[in-house]
Amino acid sequence: MLLSLFVVNKSGGLIYHRNFSSLAKLDTNDTLRLGSMWHSLHAISSQLSPVPGCKGIELLEAETFDLHNFQTPTGIKFFAVAECKSHGVDRFLKRVYNLYADYVLKNPFYELDMPIRCELFDLQLTSEVTLTMN
Amino acid sequence: MSQRGSVLPSLVDRHILTSKTRNDVGVGAFAFLFSEIVQYSQTRVSNVSELERKLADVGFDVGVRMLELLVHREKAGKRENRILGILSFLHTNVWKNLFGKTADSLEKGTSADDEYMISDHDLLVNRYISVPRDMGHLNCGAFAAGIVEGVLKSAGFPARVTAHSVASEGLSRPKTTILIKFAPEVIERDEKLGS
Repeated sequence: MLLSLFVVNKSGGLIYHRNFSSLAKLDTNDTLRLGSMWHSLHAISSQLSPVPGCKGIELLEAETFDLHNFQTPTGIKFFAVAECKSHGVDRFLKRVYNLYADYVLKNPFYELDMPIRCELFDLQLTSEVTLTMN
Repeated sequence: MSQRGSVLPSLVDRHILTSKTRNDVGVGAFAFLFSEIVQYSQTRVSNVSELERKLADVGFDVGVRMLELLVHREKAGKRENRILGILSFLHTNVWKNLFGKTADSLEKGTSADDEYMISDHDLLVNRYISVPRDMGHLNCGAFAAGIVEGVLKSAGFPARVTAHSVASEGLSRPKTTILIKFAPEVIERDEKLGS
């Protein structure tokens, strides 16, 4: 079950954040901190890997939650916090990337790397989440 | 250079205009181009109404050329001289050629004799655009309104055309209505032809 979704731009700034349940409430400063922390962790992990050609962390499993990460070729990171052993989160993140390419990038009023404030993106995301939860 | 053993020639050797590509352009390509048109116009205007006017002007040029092309291709050069004729031409042929499907409805205005409305539940130009709140009533369907105005003006039916968003039940997004207000001489002429 999905708990929250974060989108981080290629410089590490948080551009979108959404909670899907009342469990995962963080205040604004903490979400920004989480975004940039994850960005740095991801960069460090791809350097630390003993295997060459590593692209960074894809899944972080903790005791009470899982964090799934999807990095696009342009450096944008979509990551979602979900309950342990959730299925379909990776497919969900790819769908979010699809929605981003449609309703954010094709919007003439959106500036690149700025916080996402597009109504259509929010609407489509809501229906995508209800689809994934069922 | 084509590779040995492959059935088709490589992409660069194939003919560029197949029957599939001749009429279709990817939605994404059009959406990006239109998004750039809107951004380009935004740098040259100072308020929302001017932006709608600029988009309508771009559409006007498209409309003029579409009329010539479609009359030649689909109607074998026959010219419309009745209002209903040119409106159903717009509603079916023009919409089908531009957006891949006919418009959703064509209505006569209730408040005035010279007003007609063409509605589309999901106008292609507006599909990916979310207007920020501080731009108020901007409707990028002004581009489609400009196309309609171009078609009507060059067909001999001068009119004022605008685009509006109308919320309607049963639809998640408001539908876009193109409001057409004909010049008085057009209405007079049509009445004389009708009788």
